[in-house]
Amino acid sequence: MHSEERALEKVIMSEADVRRALVRIAHEIIERNQGVHNLVLVGMRTRGVPLAKRLAQTLKELEGVNVPLGQLDITLYRDDFAMRHLQPVVRKTEIQADITGKRVVLVDDVLYTGRSIRAAMDAVMDFGRPDRIQLMVLVDRGHRELPIRADYVGKNVPSARDEEVQVRLVETDGRDEVVILRPEAPPEVAK
Amino acid sequence: MNRKHVLDLDDFTADEINLVFENADAMKEILSRPIKRVPTLRGLTVVNMFYEASTRTRVSFELAAKNLSADVVNITSSGSSVVKGESLVDTIITLQALGADAIVIRHPEAGAPYLVARHLRGSVVNAGDGCHAHPTQALLDSYTIRERFGFVSGLKVVIVGDILHSRVARSNVWCLSKLGAEVVLVGPPTLLPPTGNGQSSRLGLPPVQQSYDLDSVLPGADVIMALRLQKERQQSGLLPSMREYVQLYQINRTRLSKANPRVLLMHPGPINEGIELAPDVAYGPQSVVADQVTNGVAIRMSLLYLLLGERGGGA
Repeated sequence: MHSEERALEKVIMSEADVRRALVRIAHEIIERNQGVHNLVLVGMRTRGVPLAKRLAQTLKELEGVNVPLGQLDITLYRDDFAMRHLQPVVRKTEIQADITGKRVVLVDDVLYTGRSIRAAMDAVMDFGRPDRIQLMVLVDRGHRELPIRADYVGKNVPSARDEEVQVRLVETDGRDEVVILRPEAPPEVAK
Repeated sequence: MNRKHVLDLDDFTADEINLVFENADAMKEILSRPIKRVPTLRGLTVVNMFYEASTRTRVSFELAAKNLSADVVNITSSGSSVVKGESLVDTIITLQALGADAIVIRHPEAGAPYLVARHLRGSVVNAGDGCHAHPTQALLDSYTIRERFGFVSGLKVVIVGDILHSRVARSNVWCLSKLGAEVVLVGPPTLLPPTGNGQSSRLGLPPVQQSYDLDSVLPGADVIMALRLQKERQQSGLLPSMREYVQLYQINRTRLSKANPRVLLMHPGPINEGIELAPDVAYGPQSVVADQVTNGVAIRMSLLYLLLGERGGGA
């Protein structure tokens, strides 16, 4: 990575912050649901999947129960194809557990406009009728365009629309951290 | 995928074919759900124009479009203005005006989909044109092979039957060659492209091996693909007798046992049982004929998604 880009990047959660946030959220999930017996964790591709796995691991350490895990690709449910020029490869969705009557916790890395979550809820409903759907995100950066809120939040990060919030995880990016990227200052008018 | 139409596979790269396969994997998962429908192509209209009899291809395209929430209109030549003498171009202009976003066309004349593509602003998918091409069949065939073996490259694929008149064989030669398979075309001399053994044919296909002798090419075969033999071929003098064809080219248990023990038996359908395939092997343990049909829906969903996904209304 170029040094100029580094200068515009600010770490807002360290590896330890991410770990502590997940442990706290695991406790919140247990408390809110009076245990974990009726839960199914569904990670949203890409980074929601490893986050859901870690959460399941922590829940197991705390409660001694294996919480069923699923993974969801929302590409086919998105409402913003026309705005995205790159045609993504659709990955497989895997939800083995029967979610009817269960409490589904959707897991994603960043909550922004809420459109991905809307798509994910539609997708989950195609697999059954959950008792309720809850949402866990590592970062809530604001700017919602839909009436959606998270039940469990790692960190609230006020951000500007032209900034970018990136969650990096060991499983996908080689290390754990959350950074905020500022756009480069407008270049001096040259010529 | 950076293309508007799927007319044949001659202009596909191996990467593009693999992109179609990767998306088809996700589509197969949708087919296994209780509710086999996603909102991706909501608001788009797909017109199926079938100017030639077809069950599986037409139903497969219809289900693929409906699973992606597109609206589907079916047109057959017998029930349309074709019987009143309307030209193909006029029909296309009419469908364009009615708001067709994509046309899937099966036509008895080779090249018809290319003509349609010149007049339609939307996408055209060739569902079989004369003796020319049947790209979605070839894609689903290679996808089925990949699903069973995990790869296509290096496999020996024997295609047997009326190669000369087969759009399935032609598109398969393109697809399999691009994916690195070794293709051998087998049939009676009158039904093979006019060329000597081991040379590229004059059909403009990549060079592949050809043989009249099925039994000599079976050892080491990983896939045997039998083609439908149309009975008209005998009437037009290209075959001395059906009995002779059956003796020399029918896939039966004895012939299957000469191939690789893991050999897959494929057929694009509809099968003439007792001619290309002996009845006991048609749906026997080596047969993947039913998988081909299921995979056809996934492949067509993948293609429609890649062609139209950017324009779809989504959820």
